[in-house]
Amino acid sequence: MKVGVLAFQGAVREHINMLKMAGAQPVPVKKEEELNDVDALILPGGESTVIGKFLRETGLGKIIVEKAKNGMPIWGTCAGMILLAKKIVNEDYVHLGLMDIWVRRNAYGSQLDSFIVRKPVPAVSPKPLELVFIRAPYAEKALPGVEVLLELDGKIVAARQNNLLATAFHPEVTDDPSFHKFFLEMIPSSK
Amino acid sequence: MEGKSMMDTNAHPDRYSLNKNLAEMVKGGVIMDVTTPEQARIAEEAGAVAVMALERVPADIRKHGGVARMSDPKIIKAIKQAVSIPVMAKCRIGHFVEAQILEAIGVDFIDESEVLTPADEFCHIDKKKFKVPFVCGARDLGEALRRIAEGAAMIRTKGEAGTGNVVEAVRHIRTINAQIRKLQNMPREELITAAKEMGAPYELVLYVAEHGRLPVVNFAAGGVATPADAALLMQLGCDGVFVGSGIFKSENPEKRARAIVKAVAHYDDPEVLAEVSEDLGEPMPGLELERLESRYAERGW
Repeated sequence: MKVGVLAFQGAVREHINMLKMAGAQPVPVKKEEELNDVDALILPGGESTVIGKFLRETGLGKIIVEKAKNGMPIWGTCAGMILLAKKIVNEDYVHLGLMDIWVRRNAYGSQLDSFIVRKPVPAVSPKPLELVFIRAPYAEKALPGVEVLLELDGKIVAARQNNLLATAFHPEVTDDPSFHKFFLEMIPSSK
Repeated sequence: MEGKSMMDTNAHPDRYSLNKNLAEMVKGGVIMDVTTPEQARIAEEAGAVAVMALERVPADIRKHGGVARMSDPKIIKAIKQAVSIPVMAKCRIGHFVEAQILEAIGVDFIDESEVLTPADEFCHIDKKKFKVPFVCGARDLGEALRRIAEGAAMIRTKGEAGTGNVVEAVRHIRTINAQIRKLQNMPREELITAAKEMGAPYELVLYVAEHGRLPVVNFAAGGVATPADAALLMQLGCDGVFVGSGIFKSENPEKRARAIVKAVAHYDDPEVLAEVSEDLGEPMPGLELERLESRYAERGW
């Protein structure tokens, strides 16, 4: 199973290592040919303004939207969650605009407000997972059709909508591949 | 909950991991020096992954001479207001009160920088006392590991800031890479001797020998003026690039900023590099190192 990691900027190396641990073949993706070669795609953490700019300039964004509409599993972590959202609160733009969530950027504040909590995510793992929030966003609202996987103090921090998965935190910087395994199970051929 | 960092002997144990991971998130990106909110917006628009808020870029610090200090908090706060990406700011080597002030105004990262005039010739800041992450410059592996031992969450080459001359940054990353390769080939009993000789903690030397890399992200800095300079340092193994004077001291900052951002993301693709290098206007004026009055890289130890 080949899983792409969008590789313009951000926590690419971490996702690649985690995918190997979870038993998939990771592929860094910067070009259309590379995107056409994968069964699923991860949009990593990083700066959404930077990654979003590359998606527009290379035309890769449009192709990802098409592939998502044809059912390709796509998972966005942190910046990736912002890229997936249909609405970004207080902004007049969206990036891929695929998922029915309203996301707030830097929702917790500056780096001094970054934090780690340990909590189980029932759909993913019964044992507590380390949830790492770094200048993280959260979703204020999820429209019908979105399954909320985890709320923290009333804010949505993990959600799934059919073939789309979004997490405000970074499972890729932990030692636990549970979330990556959960994502791999979303790939139709794996069932 | 965590108290104010200066009251604690050490910040919360999760802190260092959070701070190292913020550095991981800016990998593959360009961090640009800016002196006004307007420049900060241009940098963000061009695709900067973070900005360094300053009163003067290094080229002007060189020209101006005298003692260079932390910037006015008012300027840093105005820049923080202007952008959504992380904002970094510089304090003098060893000046832990400047660092406390920068933490109090909520910057995302502090650069304990040799570009400013050192405040302490014996001690760098005990960075473990702080909640905010630090990046520090290094010319070789020993220096990098000493800064990490003090709590730096990110390392950058020192290069020679404000010169538009990439030669020192290349020297520093090549030195660090060569020293890492040497450690990887050593039998274990020689590693303690290596630690002693390079003046670095044994545990960190062991980590480098086992993993073949630093335990934190390593960016390039000091003298980057062109997209090709940035890609050169990426191909030499840096995780990202700081550009100081190179952007806003050039003829067309906006275009050059965009070009350097693309060059870093596509550092191994000469066709893209050729395309983005075209028609950028004049780069910042370069300086030959033999003619410099002071070498910033020699500050700190």
